[in-house]
Formats: sequence, structure tokens, C-alpha cells
Amino acid sequence: MSRVVHIATNTFREAVRDRVLYNLIAYAVLLSGAAILVGQISIEIERLIVVNLGLTAVSLFGVVIAIFIGIGLVSKEIEKRTLYTVLSRPVRRWEFLVGKFLGLTGTLVVNTFFMAIGVFLALLYVSHGFQSSDGWILVALYFIVLQFLILCSLALLFSSFSSPLLSAVFTFALFVIGSFAEDLRGFAGMSRGLSRWLATAAAYLVPNFSALNVIGQVAHGQPIAGQLIAYNTAYALAYSVMVIAGAVLIFERRNLK
Amino acid sequence: MAAIEILGLEKTYKVGFWRKRGRLALRPLHLRVERGEVFGFLGPNGAGKTTTLKLLMGLVFPTGGTARILGKDINDVEIKAKIGFLPEQPYFYDYLTAKELLEYYAQLSGVDVKSCARKIDAMLERVGLKDSARVQLRKFSKGMLQRVGLAQAILHDPEVVFLDEPMSGLDPMGRREVRDLMEELRQQGKTVFFSTHILSDAEALCDRVAIIHEGVLRGVGHVAELTSAVAGKVEMIWNGNGVPAGLAALGAECHVIGDTIRAVVPEAQQEAVLDVLRRERLRLVSLMPVRSSLEDYYLQKLNATAQEAGGAG
Repeated sequence: MSRVVHIATNTFREAVRDRVLYNLIAYAVLLSGAAILVGQISIEIERLIVVNLGLTAVSLFGVVIAIFIGIGLVSKEIEKRTLYTVLSRPVRRWEFLVGKFLGLTGTLVVNTFFMAIGVFLALLYVSHGFQSSDGWILVALYFIVLQFLILCSLALLFSSFSSPLLSAVFTFALFVIGSFAEDLRGFAGMSRGLSRWLATAAAYLVPNFSALNVIGQVAHGQPIAGQLIAYNTAYALAYSVMVIAGAVLIFERRNLK
Repeated sequence: MAAIEILGLEKTYKVGFWRKRGRLALRPLHLRVERGEVFGFLGPNGAGKTTTLKLLMGLVFPTGGTARILGKDINDVEIKAKIGFLPEQPYFYDYLTAKELLEYYAQLSGVDVKSCARKIDAMLERVGLKDSARVQLRKFSKGMLQRVGLAQAILHDPEVVFLDEPMSGLDPMGRREVRDLMEELRQQGKTVFFSTHILSDAEALCDRVAIIHEGVLRGVGHVAELTSAVAGKVEMIWNGNGVPAGLAALGAECHVIGDTIRAVVPEAQQEAVLDVLRRERLRLVSLMPVRSSLEDYYLQKLNATAQEAGGAG
């Protein structure tokens, strides 16, 4: 297990040294600008706009990082042959994959943590204080992290057998489709015959990112049900584990030419 | 127990869009390397050397056969704690410093970093990178990367060391240092299995060599035996102006370099040539039997392959 931790730590260090966390500067600029602007033009809806904009930016910045680092997690190591000296040590291939996955998700959690501080600071700036319903923002941030877990696992899966470009296309396509998973399920419910079966299969196969998006609700100060938190946690963990298991199955058989 | 036993290891890569066609990289290979040996794996580029090393490291999977290292199957991950590997033209995590890279590999090999901190410093000094220990690898030259590669391969004190073209990219000084390092490993009783196409390195370092070409093992033997076969000729060197008359008739092949003449003479004509030199009052500098070099043996094996192919065609 310690080998997984060392690989994860190294992956995190790579992201930090490759200046991935510099995106926080762009985020800070965006959020400060928005907060100042919103403070000038709106009276009642400052809070709504700041939470909406802040959380959406947290999600989008994270998605971009998850996809663009995730797609190179394995393929870059093969291409640059850095993997040779790692796998010639007592490191199992699954340990390598899980270590890379944890390193990337760790990077995203740290990134999200700093962005969350930014959201609350912006909120404090426009509202001059916090409300009890602001606590639900933490749940929305938690759901965003769960989205990252699924995205990282998907990027890792595609990276284990495909080129970086194709991996990016596949992962991004699944993110977009998954963001409309609830609509897809609705469409499946209205369809008949073969298309019903196909739509249902697709709706349940793609990751349900729409259930993990509660930004609109928390922006309006609406509470999130405990049942949904439990369901989403179990769903994201199970989905990620299954996708990583698939990546391991593929990678265990792959010749590193 | 042998250090390395290769038992019919073979590899065919599937190629083409549907992966239906096969490209043979290694025909069934049988090879045994004893403990403490420095073993050279020779062959031209594309002969199957790197494929063999990748198979032994578990980086690619064999189409057939198996291999054992220190008596354990190559699929046993734990055996890798006892082996070191330097890939051909190594590339490392360039965001790390040399010291951080060695720490990372020590951790992956199960070595406690705190206990081996001094060892890492000593290793960096040994490979001549003490002053660059805290420099990121992206600023390293090719030769410096090769040195880091050697350091990571032997840092955890492995019993068997695999080196794929270890002299590649090194200047003469660097090559000399690598040779010294391999000599040290031999003196420590380590087994060294290294691939190369530089025959002088193999001749200087190896106890035994194997020659591989087009995925087929062409010969294995002790370097001393392969290079000691007297070819029935002697080499004579003397000083003088020009080649004395009559030497050509004795079958001497003469080469003049300034006032030094080097002649390869049939052993049977040795005394006759010496008589000519005495008569001409020329000073003999050296007289040695001609030995076939590893290069001769290597070329002979490769030519045999070409003839076989020509015959088959």
C-alpha cells in the first residue's frame, strides 16, 4: 500500500511543479472581478450570482484539470518511458494505476479547497456575513469533488489504452452526456420498443453528473436531502471503482512497447 | 541456482489495424547466466536485445516460454526488489531533482529513505552528480541522465543488474566511468546482464557473451575462448624504411605507417621472415600471435545468418 501512496505523492508533486495550481490565480481574478461587478449592479441577487458563478467555475476549472492531466496519466508515462523504471521495481500495475488516480484526485481536492475559500470570501464581500443556508455550499462542493472522482477514473481508463487526444474526446463527451443523464432517463421513459431499451441502457451506463449538480439549489439556499448525499456518495464511489477496475483489467494485459 | 534462466522465451507482436498479422521479435530463446557473471548480450539494432530485456522486466508479455531470475518466476513482483534495470536512452521525471528521483525509486523498492539518505548522497557522488543533486532533471544533459539512470539501477543494492545499452550517449570519459562501475559490480559479486552493440565494451568487460540477430540466438561463449583461437598467423612490427623485397612471396601482408611496418605473416613462414629482417638489419619491435577478436566472431555469426537467409531465398 505504501507504494500506492508514493506514486500518488509523486503525481501530486508533478501537478504542483507543472504549475497546475496556477489556475487558482485565474480563478481568484475571475471571482474577485465578478464579486466587485455584482456588488455594483445588483441589489437582491448578489448572493445567488456569486454562489452560482463561484461553484460553476470550481466545477469547470476542475473538469479541465481532471481531463487534461487525467488523459496523460498513463499514456505520457508510456510515451516518455518513465514507466519502465517504475514497473521494473516491486510495483504491481494496479498499484501504479491507483496511485496515479489518487494523486490526481488529491490535486483536485487541494485545488477545490482553495477555490472554496475563494467562494466564501466573495460571499462575505457581497453579503457582509454568512447565512445558515450557506452550509449547503459545502455539500455542493463535495458533490463537485465526487464528479472529479468519476472524471479522473474515466480519464484514467481511456488513458490506459488510447491516445491522449482520443482520451480527451471520450472523457469530455461522457462528461457532457452525463450532465444530461436525467434528461436521457426521462427520454427513455417516454420511448417505446428498441429505442426505449437503448436509451435506458445509455442513461444508466453514462455517469450521472446531473444528479451531482446541486449548484442551482444551494444558490437559492435550498437544503440538500441527506438521502441524496448518501446515494451520490455510494454512486460516485461505486462508479469510480468499477471504471478503475476496467482500467486495471486492460492495463494488466498491455504490452509496453 | 543460476542468476537468470531464460526458458524458451519468445515474442511475436500483433500488428496491423485488426492485429491479425504477427511480427516476430524473438524466437524461443534459451539462455542461462550464472551468478557473479558479467554477461554481454550483443546484436545489431533491432536484433531482439531490448525485447528480451523488456520480457525479463515484465514490461511486455511473452508469446511463449518463461524465465526465472534468482530461481523465481519473472511474474513474481517481489523478485524485482533484487534486480536493477537501466532502460535504453532513459527518460526520468524531469520535474524532480536527481536526489528526489533516487528517493522516489528507493521508496518504490521498499528501501527506507531515512536509512538510505547517506547512501543516496554517496551514490550521487559515485556517478559524478554530487554538485547537481538539487538540480531538476529537465536541466540535465543526455550523459547526466544516463548517470542518474545507472544510479537508480544500483541504488537498492540489487543482486542482478540489467543494463540496456549503458554506454549509449556517453562521452569517452563517461564510458570509462561506466566500465569502472561495472567492474566494481563484478568485484562485489553482482550479476550484470547488459546489452550492447559496442563490441570493445563487451570484450573488455564480459565473462561471457551471447550474440542475437533477427530474434535468433546465434552463439554463446566465454570471451576468453572466443578470442583466444589462434588464426595460424603472427603479427610482426619493426622499424625501417620501406618493405624488404621478398616478403610478399612469403605471404606477408604489410602495412606501412611512417617508419613502422606492421606485417601479418603465416605462422609457417615466421622464421623465413625473421631471416629477412636479420639480413636487412631491421629492428623487430613486436612479434605476437594473431588472435581472433570478438568482432571477428560477431561478424562471422552475422555473416552466417546472412548466408542462411541468402540460401533460403
